[in-house]
Amino acid sequence: MFAHIVWLVLRKDFTVEVRSLEIAYTTLFFAISCVLVFAFALVQEGRAPVGGAAGILWIAVAFAGTLALGRTFERERQAETLRALLLAPAARPAVYLGKLLGIVALLTAAEIVLVPLVALLFQASLLAHPVWLALILLTGTVGFAAVGTLFAAMLIRARSRDVLLPVLLYPITVPVIIAGVRATGVLLEPELDVGLLQVWLALLVCFDVVFVTLALWTFEPLMTE
Amino acid sequence: MPSWFTPLAALCALMFATAPILIAQAPYESTMGLVQKIFYVHLPSAWMFLLAAITCGIASLRYLFRGDPRQDRLAWAAAELAVLFGVLTLVTGPLWARKAWGVWWQWDVRLTSSLMGWMVAVAYLLLRRYGGPGSDKLAAGLALFGIVNVPFVYISVNYWRTIHPTTNVVPTLPTSFGVPLWFSAVTFLLLFVLLLRMRVRLEEQRARVDALYLSMDS
Amino acid sequence: MKLLSLVLVVLVTCGAGGVVLLAQQPPPQQLDEFVPIDQLPPQDQLPAAPLLVAAYSFVALALFAYVVSVARRLASVQRELERLEADMKRGSGT
Repeated sequence: MFAHIVWLVLRKDFTVEVRSLEIAYTTLFFAISCVLVFAFALVQEGRAPVGGAAGILWIAVAFAGTLALGRTFERERQAETLRALLLAPAARPAVYLGKLLGIVALLTAAEIVLVPLVALLFQASLLAHPVWLALILLTGTVGFAAVGTLFAAMLIRARSRDVLLPVLLYPITVPVIIAGVRATGVLLEPELDVGLLQVWLALLVCFDVVFVTLALWTFEPLMTE
Repeated sequence: MPSWFTPLAALCALMFATAPILIAQAPYESTMGLVQKIFYVHLPSAWMFLLAAITCGIASLRYLFRGDPRQDRLAWAAAELAVLFGVLTLVTGPLWARKAWGVWWQWDVRLTSSLMGWMVAVAYLLLRRYGGPGSDKLAAGLALFGIVNVPFVYISVNYWRTIHPTTNVVPTLPTSFGVPLWFSAVTFLLLFVLLLRMRVRLEEQRARVDALYLSMDS
Repeated sequence: MKLLSLVLVVLVTCGAGGVVLLAQQPPPQQLDEFVPIDQLPPQDQLPAAPLLVAAYSFVALALFAYVVSVARRLASVQRELERLEADMKRGSGT
């Protein structure tokens, strides 16, 4: 039953999105513009700063993620569909999980475009260890989106929600950004330090577990008016 | 205000007047000299910052699950004090570090986690101030996440920057340093309690004003 | 009231910043790690007094400004409360 509701929420978001692809296109284009701005600012005389690629990839993901979160829930707010979802006799945590999976899917799609672009523009060997990179990106994205989905859902009722979302989100997701950037940085080293990589991944997984649990636990009281 | 407020305020003022004398009389620390005296305000502020953050977190948690408005007012007051004492900590710290370490700022674990905690407290206040109706619950959620986040920030920064000046700046204290430090800490604690009471009182009065307006409308 | 508190915040920040600037000297180059104070080159050994004065005056100013701000907010809410209560009394009297 629980999994079924999660699937229904996810499918609903997917169906709405496929109709116009508004959020997917805008998020993607925004992420690409971010990377280009960084390339103009940092790549000088054809040479990229050493180790900059990891940071820029994650900044682009964080910025695009904030935009996607804001847009997704703005659409829910305008159509009053989130209220309808919450009124439905469905478990609240399932609604949260469905939204979270939707955001993660969207950001994963953006990352698939971003990674080769950053690798190309910053001459970084990001694709040298694709499995490790996929693991890092997935765990990092889940951590970022877990906090982001909850906060964006909470802020749906607040005034000036557009500014408040990044203001609240970034200080909380600092560990994810640090761990993600450092782990990706390890991949860019000529010699792969698997031990260090595992430490960062363990931190990311712990963060994911703790914050998804906490969000599932607090989603109910937080969304009750 | 409760009856203990005025005598305690007088005591606190008296202690604030005496503290500089004690601090001035404390001996010079051998390696850092005069600048080490910043320690007597820096460490108590940092402790009060921590205390305010913990108070805010616990009160928020209780508000979120019990819905008692008194806890909410306490959380708001504590968050404001966290920002205040956080500013004191974050300003006095670099002033001391500039002399002791030779740099204004280090991305050291304590410094970074304090800064992040302070930013969460500021975000809390921004949310309360500009969030509009319903922001009390959201702020409580934010405080809860902020508290849970502390160990993660600590661990991540610790791995990121393993080379940081360890506690050799906080020497094991002989009594001549300890007395002014503890005196100063107690003074700050008194001030914290007084300010918290004042700030909670402000929220109580605001709640009464709101209730009056509501009763006039109906 | 709001403007006043804003001005106060700006003044305190500027004041602290000014003192910091007085204490500031060109920062030493390439100091990524902890260097004991007695191993620093002599031009980096700052006079401690301005830093100390800056720290203590900032703490005093910030605490004072906060107490003033809470007291003012409290006074204004108190006034509003009294006015409302008087209004209520008049309303129920007639």
